[in-house]
Amino acid sequence: MKALLWQGVNELSVGEVPDPTMRNEQDAIIRVRKTVTCGSDLHLLGGYIPFMERGDVLGHEFLGEVVEVGPQVRKHKVGDRVVVCSFVSCGRCWYCQQQQYSLCDNGNTNPAITENVWGFAPGGCYGYSHALGGFAGSHAEYIRVPYADQGAFTVPDGVSDERALFASDAAPTGWMGADLGGVKAGDVVAVWGAGGVGQMAARAAVLLGAERVIIIDRFANRLQMAEKYLGVEALNYQTQDVGSELLERSGGRGPDVCIEAVGMESHSTGPQYLYDQVKQQLRLESDRPIAAREAIYHCRKGGSVFLLGVYANLVDKFPLGAVMNKGLTLRGAQQHGHRYIPMLLERMARGELVTEHLATHTMPLDEAPQGYNMFKNKLDGCVRAVFEPA
Amino acid sequence: MKALVKAAVVTLGGLVLRRFLLPSGRHGPWQQAPLTRREPRWHVVTVNPARDELTPDSPLPEPLAGLGDAVDVRIRRAAGDRGIELAVRLRDGAQSPVTAGARRLAGRDPNQAIRAALREAKQLLETGEVLHPDFPPTTQPTVVNKPLQMATRQGRREGRL
Ligand SMILES: NC(=O)c1ccc[n+]([C@@H]2O[C@H](COP(=O)([O-])OP(=O)(O)OC[C@H]3O[C@@H](n4cnc5c(N)ncnc54)[C@H](O)[C@@H]3O)[C@@H](O)[C@H]2O)c1
Ligand SMILES: [Zn+2]
Ligand SMILES: [Zn+2]
Repeated sequence: MKALLWQGVNELSVGEVPDPTMRNEQDAIIRVRKTVTCGSDLHLLGGYIPFMERGDVLGHEFLGEVVEVGPQVRKHKVGDRVVVCSFVSCGRCWYCQQQQYSLCDNGNTNPAITENVWGFAPGGCYGYSHALGGFAGSHAEYIRVPYADQGAFTVPDGVSDERALFASDAAPTGWMGADLGGVKAGDVVAVWGAGGVGQMAARAAVLLGAERVIIIDRFANRLQMAEKYLGVEALNYQTQDVGSELLERSGGRGPDVCIEAVGMESHSTGPQYLYDQVKQQLRLESDRPIAAREAIYHCRKGGSVFLLGVYANLVDKFPLGAVMNKGLTLRGAQQHGHRYIPMLLERMARGELVTEHLATHTMPLDEAPQGYNMFKNKLDGCVRAVFEPA
Repeated sequence: MKALVKAAVVTLGGLVLRRFLLPSGRHGPWQQAPLTRREPRWHVVTVNPARDELTPDSPLPEPLAGLGDAVDVRIRRAAGDRGIELAVRLRDGAQSPVTAGARRLAGRDPNQAIRAALREAKQLLETGEVLHPDFPPTTQPTVVNKPLQMATRQGRREGRL
């Protein structure tokens, strides 16, 4: 079958690979209808997560049709239209029962890599390197879905492919940031990053009752999109002063909840950008945590900071003093999608959650390398590139 | 699913596994005696008790039973409704760090087998199957890939447990 392959740092190609096969009785094989780029892929593409092999299939956010089910699959049958959570979780270990699905004990076939790096292993993720299980990704004609009853969700008839696609990853990730970040009615919420994840976090904060939601980025098109489709306020960190703006817009208190949806390749206008880039290139730090630093600094006393952006390992100049002395709650997680996807699909059906505006560019899988180039370099207003393998 | 699990466990029959059901204690796995330096370390996993057939008296799942009498196995209920703790250690396997290191490099460290068996036993008990990686692989072997492929192979067995 045809698939988008990682060939090396910043090198992608479309090529032929063997079709996936059923490996477990709870597997399903899905024919991919739509599969989309995610900011997380950029970290793999740029070589910041050094566990990719030449020939690995990228992609973890997808929707498709069930074409084969194992004998132990109960919920799904051939022909079902499903959206699949990007994380592979068993649904039955202690973590899954606590609804912390991305921490699943049984979803990663290579747990020792992350156990050694982080102390314990989270679950697996499609197309997300051998550290997260080595599962082939979704930028392909077909994909194997383990624990299909847990990971695949039937899309209600009233929800289009275009909208439901984002229930795989961007929407549940954003929702988790607002939910576990503790957003309550009347809160002021600031979101760093107006990519797909930040936009979904901002919308979740609105739906959870926040009084004001402010989204921060430097790309005018992304900020305008957020104002238009999500009903939130924009803040451009290149033309406005983030600290003063946030104080002014929060009655001098600072935001109650700060959600960071940028990750380890954060950008900045200040001198710290150069500092972090140099250290990252020299491998003296693995991640640039610029937005995380800001979120911690600007958060109100006793407030909550949620890290949705992906970090691989070590950061430098981390403001632990602010965390401790301001009594902050600092949390992060890979998305616990299974917890939110059914509810998000219902909200999509009711029109409360729209996502299709994120898909600024849709193209055949053959053009995926160009799609990634646009997405990575934010060309032509690209927010998400969607690929159609068929 | 239950049948699957049942099939995956074997009755202990002639195997001479030493199994204890102990309450709690201060030292590794739940013994009162102080840990001596030369004793092999216990490897422990906690299994979620969703399946009612899993009790301290259940037969051991196949991957653990397969280790035969080379190991001690202990089982107890975990505190706070967290399931069952399964603890395994090499019976007389105390090794000098040097021998242990050499065996590990050669992929013949019996502790690796224990870790793999514990992980697989947990998966069988919790989900009814051992999750397999995708096959056939889509990757091509290259010089750069080699260390990572080795790490991945190791990754199925080793790690912290
Ligand atoms: N936790 C999870 O489960 C999960 C799931 C999906 C994605 N992610 C992560 O979320 C992050 C965002 O993903 P995305 O798909 O939206 O990526 P994206 O690249 O589309 O968007 C990131 C945005 O952050 C902006 N940005 C960069 N530096 C900034 C700064 N200092 N302040 C404010 N904005 C800044 C960029 O301009 C860009 O618009 C990534 O790190 C991704 O890996 C996490
Ligand atoms: Zn993603
Ligand atoms: Zn699980």
